[in-house]
Amino acid sequence: MRLVGIGLVAGLFSALFGVGGGIVAVPLLIVAAGLGERTATSVSLGAIGITALAGAIAYAVEGHVHVGYAALVGLPAAAGAVAGTALQQRLSGSSIVLGFAILLACVGVWLLAG
Amino acid sequence: MSAETIAAAVALGVAAGVLAGMFGVGGGILFVPTLLGLGLGQLDAEATSLLAILPTVAAGTWRQHRYGNLRPRLALVVGVSSVVGVQVGVLIATSLPEHVLRRLFGVLVLAVAAQLAWRSRSRGTYPSRP
Repeated sequence: MRLVGIGLVAGLFSALFGVGGGIVAVPLLIVAAGLGERTATSVSLGAIGITALAGAIAYAVEGHVHVGYAALVGLPAAAGAVAGTALQQRLSGSSIVLGFAILLACVGVWLLAG
Repeated sequence: MSAETIAAAVALGVAAGVLAGMFGVGGGILFVPTLLGLGLGQLDAEATSLLAILPTVAAGTWRQHRYGNLRPRLALVVGVSSVVGVQVGVLIATSLPEHVLRRLFGVLVLAVAAQLAWRSRSRGTYPSRP
């Protein structure tokens, strides 16, 4: 039952913000469902596939999805996802995380100021 | 679209993928701002981001499968339940003015940035380690 609740929350969050929902699903799977970190991450990944597909279809029906743009960022990202795992073992993890934190902070300021 | 714009979009796509691979997320948090930069409106950027997430997640899931971490039944329960939430989310997003949606997304991005910064200090609470 808890998994169903987590799914509902993640789905709402995903469609509202155009993200996969992993940002809320991973912590919830750890804290509310008691899963280990690795299991939570992989369960979240699998679930995101279904969530994002449902969201993409729902938005596509209303004509909001641009397939060419999706391919332009999505295909390089698939390569990045594979490379990221390998890269992670060579570089210090916390410096990569801090780098992303700074990047996202700049993006957030741009969104709020723009 | 200029060559520089395409190169920047591809670079941000790769960065989103690296983030996705490390944290088990789809990368949408970087897709949406990238698509906004390419000239899409907030709603179209979010909708397109959801489609862009699919190849990233497929690659990530394939990696997890190779490490034997995959739990298909649990993922299926969470994923199928999320479909109901998705319908509600689409309804809210399409009824909000785009500038409000953009502000809300900005707050989310800052919250995630703060969470990542905190995690990097505490040596990472849950990045996936293969």
